[in-house]
Amino acid sequence: MAPNDTAQGTTEGTGGVRRRKAARYIVPVAVAGVAAATIGLVPALANAGDPDLPQLTAQELIEKIAASDTEQLSGNVKITTDLGLPNLDGIAKSLGGAEGGKGKGSGADPQAQLTKLVSGTHTLRVAADGPERQKVSILDDAAEYSLIHNGDDVWAYDSASNEAFHAKAPKDASGKPGKRQKLPEGAPTTPKEFAEQALKMAGKDTAVTVDGTAQVAGRDAYQLSVKPKQSGSTVADIRVAVDAKTGTPLKFTLLSTDGGKPVVEAGFTKVDFAKPAASTFDFTPPKGAKVTEADKLDGPKNDKNAPDFGLGKEFGKGGKGEDVKVIGQGWTSIAQIGTKSAKPAAGNGKDQLPPQAQGLMDSLGAKVSGSFGEGRVFSTRLVNALMTDDGRVFVGAVTKDALVKAANEAK
Amino acid sequence: MSRAEAEVVAQGRAVSPLWTFGLLRSELRVTFRRWRTLALLVVLAGVPVLIGIAMKVDSGGSPEGGGGGGGPAFFSQVTQNGLFLVFAALAATLPVFLPMAVGVVAGDSIAGEAHSGTLRYLLVAPAGRSRLLLAKYATTLVFCLVATLVVAASALAVGALLFPVGEVMTISGVPIGFGEGLLRALAVAVAVAASLVGFAAVGLFVSTLTSSGIAAMATTVGLLITVQILDTIPQLDALGPYLFPHYWLSFADLLREPVYWDELGKNLGMQGVYAAVFGSAAWARFTSRDITA
Repeated sequence: MAPNDTAQGTTEGTGGVRRRKAARYIVPVAVAGVAAATIGLVPALANAGDPDLPQLTAQELIEKIAASDTEQLSGNVKITTDLGLPNLDGIAKSLGGAEGGKGKGSGADPQAQLTKLVSGTHTLRVAADGPERQKVSILDDAAEYSLIHNGDDVWAYDSASNEAFHAKAPKDASGKPGKRQKLPEGAPTTPKEFAEQALKMAGKDTAVTVDGTAQVAGRDAYQLSVKPKQSGSTVADIRVAVDAKTGTPLKFTLLSTDGGKPVVEAGFTKVDFAKPAASTFDFTPPKGAKVTEADKLDGPKNDKNAPDFGLGKEFGKGGKGEDVKVIGQGWTSIAQIGTKSAKPAAGNGKDQLPPQAQGLMDSLGAKVSGSFGEGRVFSTRLVNALMTDDGRVFVGAVTKDALVKAANEAK
Repeated sequence: MSRAEAEVVAQGRAVSPLWTFGLLRSELRVTFRRWRTLALLVVLAGVPVLIGIAMKVDSGGSPEGGGGGGGPAFFSQVTQNGLFLVFAALAATLPVFLPMAVGVVAGDSIAGEAHSGTLRYLLVAPAGRSRLLLAKYATTLVFCLVATLVVAASALAVGALLFPVGEVMTISGVPIGFGEGLLRALAVAVAVAASLVGFAAVGLFVSTLTSSGIAAMATTVGLLITVQILDTIPQLDALGPYLFPHYWLSFADLLREPVYWDELGKNLGMQGVYAAVFGSAAWARFTSRDITA
């Protein structure tokens, strides 16, 4: 009898063979089980145990942030945004890749690129070396978008379309670029930006507390919690994880009053406070890349401030458009854009969308009416907007009812 | 088992390394001498040629080059640097062509032998079923690597012929030298080949289930397509990270400066898990079933 003609182990009884045969299937099942358990357990273990740090008051912690002199860092940032909007990437693609290059502007235009961050999960690489040099890269599938600020130059490079964008860095009157005006201004590119924007609003309307500790990117951090005291806001809690050693904000989490996943979660997954290599900030456009100069772009894209993400609006600061009026204050402030007779002003790029997208927006808006007339409410998990039929837009991080109330009271 | 037979088996075990290599060598020879395998490789080599010529013709029409951001990854850079044809060709073949070729070879490995009635003769050799399975899997993996390298080499040749080569612009916007670019291209090819390890194990497992080579190939390729469709359905996002093609495009992270390892690591880890699970499942099935053909 050939030894391998039937299953091995023929010397044993049939029952034994059966059992041994069946036992072999335990191996793949066990391997799968171990793998699944490992995948499940590793993040759980990594999060286990909040670090034991000396108690701090909110005041001390904010001072720590303010005193932080971290100017050099590099790391990876993960941003997850869930505004309750359909995936904007998908919409942009289904509309025939409008950003292809045929349109005006450039594929490397920072404004278009940064709006991508409004939905989904993105990984960013950041590096900074003082106020003069920063770099932010958005890692896409098989492509990357980089914003580089090095001294006088601001470069943006989009590897997917092989297009570059060049601008002169804005300067203060003193000639020294101020901190406010550094490259990623307004863009939620580092947790620090987020934190600064949120903390600016702290006042009598806001409860700021230190809420325990956490581990972020392998570092011990304090959790700063910022909660609105006013009712009517859609913001439930803003949490900032602050590095215990350096006072650098490491993670930013924005929770909505509707519960569930955070609306925005941006945090370092890896951070290094060493000086990044100088070559990190070097950029020369590659051969054949289409370079767009900033001053050749028309319209608001030519704004002196580098990319405005439009986030300012969400925090009640009002957009850059004309006829913007802020109603109320603090967390429940509402921006009114446009007056009764005027045509709707730039509503965060909505009017730039092709007609199909406009139709889609219409289908997303719920009709409301009040003493102001009729309109539509476009709601997300964070920001709600009321577009009245007479052309006014009310935007705020407030509930629908608060919007209608504001519209009723507005003249 | 008679004493003489036991001795033969013992002898076979004693010279096991040689046997394994002998088996592997003969498996490799059989696989790579097959017309079907050669035809698959020729088709794979043809893909970069096609892309290269298409890009050349297209860029001839519009002198400013780079027809915008459309098309698959890396296509816009090909006309500036021939080396990018390697990346473009691998990005284009990885989703379908490469795994299909691997699926044919993996699916045929055991089932094909069973179908043509040669499996029992292979098993007469005192190498053992586990070792035969290992040799079959190793052959499939070698084919993965060879197929990927064929695409890369063909793309490199076509790219160098049709387009200028030189300093490589990484997708981070940081240039690296041509030499390092070549190294990165090799690393990309190896990463792509490694991406197919898990799928090859799936194919091997399917191959042990049936005695029909065609059925095994069709099932394997069908599985590939199904899983890729599942990976693109937004409602099934939660499932994505557990599907073997999910991190396939991570090879592009080798072209960042500095290299971004997170996703590559995930990809390799997942391929390892798939190889372990389906490899052991194939082993469990193959060593416990009766060979009737």
